[in-house]
Amino acid sequence: MSATRSDRPLVAASAPDRLGSEGWRRLRRIVGNWQGLTGLILVLLFFASALFAPVLAPYDPNALDIPARLSGPSWLHFAGTDQLGRDTFSRVLHGGRIALYVAAIGVSTSLAIGLLLGMLAGYGARWLDGLLLLLFDVIRSFPTIVIALAAVALLGPSLNLVLTIIIVTSIPSYARLVRTSTMALRNTEFIIAERSLGVGLGRILWRHILPNVVGPMFILAAMDVPVVVTVEAGLSFLGLGVLPPTASWGSILNEGYLLIRQTPWPIIAGGIPLILATLGFTFLGEALRDILDPRLGQRR
Amino acid sequence: MWSYLLKRLGLSAVIVLSALLVLFLLLHLIPGDPARIALGPRATPEVVARYAEKAHLNEPVLVQFWIYFTNALSGDLGVDVFSERSVAKIVLEDLPSTLILAAAGLLWAALIGIPLGCLSAIRPNSWFDRMTGIISVSTIAIPSFLVAIWSLLVFAVTLRWLPAIGGGESGDLADQVRHLILPAFAVGLGWVGYLARMVRASMLEVMNENYIRAAYAFGLTQRTIVFRYALKVAILPTITLIGIGFSGLLSGAVFAEIIFTRPGVGKLIYDMVMNRNFPVVQGAVLITTAIYVLITLLADLLVAWLDPRVRDSL
Repeated sequence: MSATRSDRPLVAASAPDRLGSEGWRRLRRIVGNWQGLTGLILVLLFFASALFAPVLAPYDPNALDIPARLSGPSWLHFAGTDQLGRDTFSRVLHGGRIALYVAAIGVSTSLAIGLLLGMLAGYGARWLDGLLLLLFDVIRSFPTIVIALAAVALLGPSLNLVLTIIIVTSIPSYARLVRTSTMALRNTEFIIAERSLGVGLGRILWRHILPNVVGPMFILAAMDVPVVVTVEAGLSFLGLGVLPPTASWGSILNEGYLLIRQTPWPIIAGGIPLILATLGFTFLGEALRDILDPRLGQRR
Repeated sequence: MWSYLLKRLGLSAVIVLSALLVLFLLLHLIPGDPARIALGPRATPEVVARYAEKAHLNEPVLVQFWIYFTNALSGDLGVDVFSERSVAKIVLEDLPSTLILAAAGLLWAALIGIPLGCLSAIRPNSWFDRMTGIISVSTIAIPSFLVAIWSLLVFAVTLRWLPAIGGGESGDLADQVRHLILPAFAVGLGWVGYLARMVRASMLEVMNENYIRAAYAFGLTQRTIVFRYALKVAILPTITLIGIGFSGLLSGAVFAEIIFTRPGVGKLIYDMVMNRNFPVVQGAVLITTAIYVLITLLADLLVAWLDPRVRDSL
């Protein structure tokens, strides 16, 4: 290897995603904007309530208490109980864990695969680019829920199937974004310099392209969380996601829907956290976008 | 223009073909007897055998695919072995109801969302603009199935203003409309936000154009300028958005149909999933995908045809 070549990219790796003093200034801007602040609070609440659900929940989410069934909110049961006397508030807290699990695995996996495929499409051969673009377009053009229903019809309900569907359908938006920014980079001077020094493809992608394209992906990821959480809740609502007795916001809504003429509480309690989580991530995503990428922000 | 048309048509064909392939492979990649998998454990051996024969499941896989493929292209999606009716016919019977629901949802959203977008673009950063911004984000973020459940709870079960289930008496238009209101509300609510945002953004761009400034210089009223000149151009990206978002509209309709037990393709697919009747699911999903692809295609072509800037760049 040449002695003159530094391992660092010749152009500073995108400043936006480093949390130096610059990062703190940005964080202050997020907190200073009411939308960003609301989003941040709701997102933190989502993480905290999901992580600490076993500590915060007053009851075991699956503990039956038949005499107390279908009770309204009270000091004993903040959000009432369902048809089996299970404490709805505890179930909602534990349901948040499923939402967090699906959001974390779904978003990180599709982000990672999307990054890889997007860089390959943007940097690799033209035929590969064409092929991958076609694949992304095809996947994006499927009506997700309808295809998911068909898959569940054969494979039976399971959380892993829901996750797989989420991952496959989210990859194209990440990959397309990375592809565009990789294409913009591939002919910049520092990449050409690397290439002429004989640096391998893997190293160029990993050390030089990746740090420069990864920033906007986090905005997209924040915006993607509500979608992922909604798909999981929707499929679980249809009885096609988590299996009973596991509590998910969708399955709580499903049980509440069947009891709609007897008690409104499970539907109310199952829906509120879903709305707060989707609103929180949407607000935070928009605030992040306005701050990190003002050009996108103008288009709102 | 022609090359664009061909490219777009080619992409649509590839998408429909991939849907065919996915639906076919789903059945064959799962270990076990495809006929048994398609119909579930509750089907009697006779029914399973009948399906295996009708779907040519005893032939080699490639032959099966060829038969399935050519039949599907000629509009033959097989027969529902339980009711002995043609799958295509079953699906097409339920299709109008779903399309009416999707159209009604989109229509009310457009009637509210587009004026909201225009008005907030006229006075950017005014309190009205801010309010519209908040309403937009909120309606986009709230899942449409939750809107459906909550509106069912509030307006049908608690207040009893509107009917909770079904599609209304056939022949009684007023009753059908009453049954359409809540599902259409649920399907369309998110679109109010989408449309308001999209129209606002493209309106802001258009309002800076020279011909709009010229129109102001001629002394035309703001209303004439905004709604007669600017909106014509600003509406174009919205058409693309509707094309792309039609998939969301469809899944919204699926949920609304299930929640309000309203007849339609979504309800049909769901019921057939629950009854383990994959042949009908297969046909219904295929038709849904084809319609979706067709609408996206039409939206793209419409934009290309309406927008001189796009037309010239092709």
